[in-house]
Amino acid sequence: MGISTATMKVASPRPGVAVILIAGDVTAACEQTLMTAHEEATDVGAKLIVLDFAGMDYMNSGGIGMLVTLLVRAQRRQQKLAAVGLTEHYRQIFELTRLDEAISLHDDADAALAAR
Amino acid sequence: MTDDRKSPAPEVPSIGASRPDVVPTHSVQDPAPDAAPRDAANWAAKVDRLTVDDSQRAHGYNIQGKRIAGPQQGFGRLWQRTYSADLGTAITPEELVADWRARFGDFWPKSGRFYGSVASIQPGDVAPLTAGGVTTGIMVLYADDTSFSFMTPEGHMFAAMITFSSEVAEAGGTLAHIRMLLRTSDPMFELMWPVAKRAEDVFWPGTLKNLAAAHGVHSVVVTSATECVDRSRLWKNWKNLRHNSAIRTVWHVARAPFTSRRGA
Repeated sequence: MGISTATMKVASPRPGVAVILIAGDVTAACEQTLMTAHEEATDVGAKLIVLDFAGMDYMNSGGIGMLVTLLVRAQRRQQKLAAVGLTEHYRQIFELTRLDEAISLHDDADAALAAR
Repeated sequence: MTDDRKSPAPEVPSIGASRPDVVPTHSVQDPAPDAAPRDAANWAAKVDRLTVDDSQRAHGYNIQGKRIAGPQQGFGRLWQRTYSADLGTAITPEELVADWRARFGDFWPKSGRFYGSVASIQPGDVAPLTAGGVTTGIMVLYADDTSFSFMTPEGHMFAAMITFSSEVAEAGGTLAHIRMLLRTSDPMFELMWPVAKRAEDVFWPGTLKNLAAAHGVHSVVVTSATECVDRSRLWKNWKNLRHNSAIRTVWHVARAPFTSRRGA
């Protein structure tokens, strides 16, 4: 697997919630980076994890596969996933792959938190 | 083309422990304000239901009108399986994938048949296939210079995403990979998994060996790795049985003499 081409930062805006800010190119090479971010989110007790894609430049099918893996890991820990900051292009990819049936899509983090 | 102008990543709402965790490995540059996403041409357009081209309609009876089913829509345990082969230095990853896309079905072992278009595999293509006597199909989800990915329709044995890719190994050779993330689609296919797994372990290495041979490599070693990502079965999806392509193929074949006579 190649070198990660994305950065991911974790914040906890309120108890039980973590936001992962994703920037750069999301490919399978980022899997370890994303899983590390997920561990951090779990460590702060997150039951809702908001994936913020506003800083994402590019995603390939390996990136989608990685999100499926993340989804499984989150479900195993009774965590819900939400996605925000998706452009129309990436929103359609979530819908095409039916990821939107398991990861709720919102315009921004506030909307995701309000829908909690 | 979709307008994909981005706003800068917002600060995460106030409070809490902001925890920078991952060291960036390259700088992320802002795209031009009106730039389309770099991957726009690589993805299939959104469709709700699959449509088979008229030329392939005879084999498309288990795809036409079906929805795509990813691993989260499947039933059985979630597996990640990877097959890899080192094809040496005679061909670059880009050349290999271009040829793989152009002649995809030609590299399949004789036990399978891919009814793709005569042109190179393109995002959005829907193609019937027959494997193990069962007729089903795939949709091309994504394709670029070094990889392409399929997703499967409802009723396929696997609710899966399958990626074919190539890269340069550390030693300098060109690696070819087939990587799949899959669940069996329904309880019947889950029962058949031990047999299907063995069949896959013949079929995909055979594909890689044919691909290698086509590029002058006749003694390729195929490695494989299997990881169970999720041991739980998704019982909520047991009703996928109604789409089961094996049952529907048997039904289609059984009634074919009568439907063709009626059509005569």
